[in-house]
Amino acid sequence: MKEFAYQRAEDVSGAVALLGADPDARFLGGGTNLVDLMKSGVERPGRLVDVRQLPLGAIESTPEGGLRIGATVTNSDLAAHPEVRRRYPLLTQAVLAGASGQLRNMATVGGNLLQRTRCGYFADVTKPCNKREPGTGCPALEGEHHNHAILGASEHCVATHPSDMGVALTALDAVVTYETADGPGELPLADFYLPVGDTPHRETALPPGALITGVTVPPAPVAARSRYRKVRERASYAFAIGSVAAAFDVSDGVVREVRLAFGAVASRPWRARAAERALTGVPAEAENFAAAADAELAAARPLRDNAYKVTLMRNLVVAVLTELAEEAAR
Amino acid sequence: MTTATTGRTTPKGVVGTAHTRVEGVEKVTGAARYAGEIPFADLAHGWLVLSTVARGRIISVEDGPVLAMPGVRAVLHHGNAPRLETHFQGVIGPPDPTTTLFQNDRVAHLGWPVALVVAETSEQAREAAESLLVHYEEEPHDVDFRGDRPEAYPVDGFAPGVVEKGDLEAELAASAHVVDVQYTTPEEHHSMMEPHAAAARWDGGRLEIVDSNQSTTWVQSDLAQMFSLEPSAVRVRSEHIGGGFGSKGVRVHQVAAVMAATVLQRPVRVVLTRRQMFPLTGYRSPTSQRVRLGADAEGRLRALEHRSVSQTSTVHTFVEPSAGVPRVMVDAPAHHTANLVVPLDVPTPTFMRAPGEAPGSFALESALDELAEKCGLDPIELRVRNEPARSPVSGQPFGARNLLACFHEGARRFGWADRDPRPGVRREGRWLLGTGVAGASFHAGAGPSTALATAEADGSFTVRISAADIGTGARTALTLVAADALRVPVDRVRVHIGDSDFGPAMFAGGSMGTRSWAWAVDAAAEELRERLALGATIPPEGITVRSDTTDAVRRLAQTERHSYGAQFAEVAVDTATGEVRVRRMLGIFAAGRIVNPLTARNQLVGGMIWGISMALHEEAVRDRASGGLYGGDLAGYHVATHADVPLVEADWVEDHDPDDPVGIKGVGEVGVVGAAAAIANAVRHATGVRHRHLPIRPDRVLMARETGATHA
Amino acid sequence: MAPTTSSAITLKINGQNYPLTVDHRTTLLDALRERLDLTGSKKGCDHGQCGACTVLIDGRREVSCLNLAVAAEGREITTVEGLARGDELHPVQQAFLDLDGYQCGYCTPGQICSAVAVIEEHAAGWPSAVTGDVRPEAGPPPLSAEEIRERMSGNLCRCSAYVSIVQAVSRAADTTAGQRRTEPAGTEPLGSGDTGRTADAEAAA
Repeated sequence: MKEFAYQRAEDVSGAVALLGADPDARFLGGGTNLVDLMKSGVERPGRLVDVRQLPLGAIESTPEGGLRIGATVTNSDLAAHPEVRRRYPLLTQAVLAGASGQLRNMATVGGNLLQRTRCGYFADVTKPCNKREPGTGCPALEGEHHNHAILGASEHCVATHPSDMGVALTALDAVVTYETADGPGELPLADFYLPVGDTPHRETALPPGALITGVTVPPAPVAARSRYRKVRERASYAFAIGSVAAAFDVSDGVVREVRLAFGAVASRPWRARAAERALTGVPAEAENFAAAADAELAAARPLRDNAYKVTLMRNLVVAVLTELAEEAAR
Repeated sequence: MTTATTGRTTPKGVVGTAHTRVEGVEKVTGAARYAGEIPFADLAHGWLVLSTVARGRIISVEDGPVLAMPGVRAVLHHGNAPRLETHFQGVIGPPDPTTTLFQNDRVAHLGWPVALVVAETSEQAREAAESLLVHYEEEPHDVDFRGDRPEAYPVDGFAPGVVEKGDLEAELAASAHVVDVQYTTPEEHHSMMEPHAAAARWDGGRLEIVDSNQSTTWVQSDLAQMFSLEPSAVRVRSEHIGGGFGSKGVRVHQVAAVMAATVLQRPVRVVLTRRQMFPLTGYRSPTSQRVRLGADAEGRLRALEHRSVSQTSTVHTFVEPSAGVPRVMVDAPAHHTANLVVPLDVPTPTFMRAPGEAPGSFALESALDELAEKCGLDPIELRVRNEPARSPVSGQPFGARNLLACFHEGARRFGWADRDPRPGVRREGRWLLGTGVAGASFHAGAGPSTALATAEADGSFTVRISAADIGTGARTALTLVAADALRVPVDRVRVHIGDSDFGPAMFAGGSMGTRSWAWAVDAAAEELRERLALGATIPPEGITVRSDTTDAVRRLAQTERHSYGAQFAEVAVDTATGEVRVRRMLGIFAAGRIVNPLTARNQLVGGMIWGISMALHEEAVRDRASGGLYGGDLAGYHVATHADVPLVEADWVEDHDPDDPVGIKGVGEVGVVGAAAAIANAVRHATGVRHRHLPIRPDRVLMARETGATHA
Repeated sequence: MAPTTSSAITLKINGQNYPLTVDHRTTLLDALRERLDLTGSKKGCDHGQCGACTVLIDGRREVSCLNLAVAAEGREITTVEGLARGDELHPVQQAFLDLDGYQCGYCTPGQICSAVAVIEEHAAGWPSAVTGDVRPEAGPPPLSAEEIRERMSGNLCRCSAYVSIVQAVSRAADTTAGQRRTEPAGTEPLGSGDTGRTADAEAAA
């Protein structure tokens, strides 16, 4: 880790100004990802601008009936918040499925969205990686990739996005708000992450120097019946090999509205819109769930050792939607 | 001056009763100091630099720019490091050249130690080490481990390479039921919580090392030879050790610290990072094991072949003797076992908790389960029918072999009698349920040890022995043993351990530590008590008695002594997601005399949980292109955590060996033996799919269902 | 002019102020262990992957290896050394001792700090990943073994003393609940941090 300057930002505009003044600067939130990557040599900032104490720590109802979540709200506070638990149970479940109690107490909402992939090649500076060092190649294509992407990847990078929270927020049509030197802006989460293409090192559509100030979750009555299911290689404290965020409105045995998003299958939380289209208005039955999953997964391009993820995601969709449908029928 | 007050009558002994750890308060308050935590004035920090190529030669080390960095005091590498003695017979054999640092320009694997940077602070040392440019001439590497590598050759390691009797092919041909299967286990890492750490300093012509190791006298002896010093000129201390599991012997960190302290003539501490531990501190080799079993119509074995291939480095040979398991567990007229090894451009593997037995028991105890199914027999009944009367290999009698008692007691408590043998028929929600069983054994050896017992003038007693408590509870056990031998209450006895100045003693390994040390402590304390019984008065410096069990160990009756166990597991498998959860485990063991039930149970249960971890999680993935590990850290290398571990119970049966003067057999390793097989057998029972390749990962479970395979 | 890469700070640890100058690279864990001789917090991985360095910060558990010391200024830090009251062990420490909730002891300070927080988090009504119904109307789940296991999963124990650790946490939770019933109401359960606490949260608490 090289030496660096450290400053605490007093307010949002001050934070943006501090970052803008130094091209080598990074925002420091909870540090759970950035400090880790600095120790690994993946990140080598010359200056840290600490934004953890900015007044962005509130969760407030919006006039429309949604929630506005400040960027420095910790994962723990987000998950424990009564209105989050009441309105968006899948969001609480997703956050609680991630990391550990200690890390959730540190990690912030803004930082969670910006966390980097857990691909083992990316995290190891002795190995090539197009995301870390463009043009060096992607050893995962022929190497270890059993937990890499099956959707939306390219021959330049097959890494996955590690967030659980982001998967639920994607299903909820959340909107990211940010501040730049030129003023505030916002990006729907659907447009927040860039396609991989041949620029895997460019991950988000945030303007340079932007500070995430919060996430707005629109009202979503469908989320009253919702679930986040995560599969991983140990029962807790591990990243997903596949996850599903689902919200489901079924009446008289027919799907009225559905939200579906997948985790650990792509470079970003993956909104399963093809599956949603296939499900809307059809009977809530297992074969329709499977067909909808297949519609989404038709685009999957598995690698040598991760074709199981296609099966896993199909089975997860069927299992989660079946559970939710059974609950609705009760 | 006081008069001796050891007990004159025999009180009820404390050995066999539960006792909390004597160092417990220190451990729960954070007061216990581990190796990297002992302060030294003027301490400098060393940081190792590891190779980024898997095979080749170092052309140059650009140390100039790094020496100019803030706080940097030295950069040691093959071009400037002190010369070491590299050819000697160490405590467990010749040194692994990985540990004789910086003696030539060769790189034998990715993560080979190429330099040490020493600086005033650890932050400075780290940045300087990461900035050091090392140029290599890279050569093509080969890390492709497979069981069918033609260059694999048999090796006599700490167990014989090849042991054969009978005509294997003829007996197989005459068998009514044959199992012929291949099992694999992956590369596994000890991953004890405390990274290897050592601080070295010269103090009045004597080298003092504070370390975390499994034997201070082993490290003392080998370092003395390496640095051409008299053993008496080297003192190694290691009081609290944050886990060892076979990895904490002589390693690069001690050598680096001594080298730097010698060059700089000031104290230097070297702590390995978690990521450095993966290539530098040993591991369990992957294994590929072929097991062939032939049985008659009643399930009695006629033929057994167990052939295990493991890997080693190109610089040192260590063989994982997995095929040793049937040499204890089952007999057959044709009985062929072989341990082979293939050298690759990989780090040297080493002893890891139940070396040989852990992977070997997975293969053998899975194969026996497969055979039982073919024979239409309950797997316990199959084992009853094949219980040998004498050692299949040596022909010697077994001392106290209570394996079947373990099976029977376990079956009773687990509810085995109600088991429906049909696979894949029990469902609870999304989970398929199944149960499995496996046997376990581990050698009960002993090593010579010395101990000092002192009657202090204040009426207390002090025992000194260079034992190592790596979490086993050995220090507490020895305190109980000493108290009983002295016939005094426990609170009058203090046991000091982990100091090479206390004299030679067995290392903490092979499940032999407590057995060996207790023998020496008992002998010294007994003799002290007898001396005091004569009415001795105690001078201010106390009265000290020294014991040495070397002759007694040699005289020990030539009997095959082992601890035994029966492992029972119930699992739940969601075949739609591939998730496997262990619901409960029960292990019943025959492990001789249990000194401290509280800590012994904990250790046995810990071993069983290692079995869960081995069965379901652990796998170090070697990246063929680079030759190094993919994800070599605790996020990439999964060990079981709380949520993976249900209520796991361990208990024991009466196990008395009248010919054994100690009676303690050791509980450090037998707990892991057979545990992974019991889980794999339970997964088979739950799902109908036989998993022959560990770990039983979700993708493997999932694809087996997808393809309709009956094995994976 | 080169930017300043070190700072004079004061860390408040176990109720005591420690002034020191830190290289900004120094983590809270290294400051504790190498600068302040508070070596109870352990370094197992240095990357947030094991939990051995867990401490309480403003009443909540965090890993000290991913906290920079300079960023910890102004926060209330409690390490394992600060849990006991004199010779009287904290109920969690006592339970670990009595039930043998450890073996080598190296993960133990982290497990204990984590357990102290788990009991508080549960008392505050926080759900976990194994809580069946996370909606506030469902009420807090009982602190079952399953709940303890999930909540403690950020603390690896390679000796695998997990069974006795869970028993110790369970016993300590019972002890603490007993003490809580006899203590005056109104104590702040989760420290003074106001991050993310809203009127809604307070109303529901």
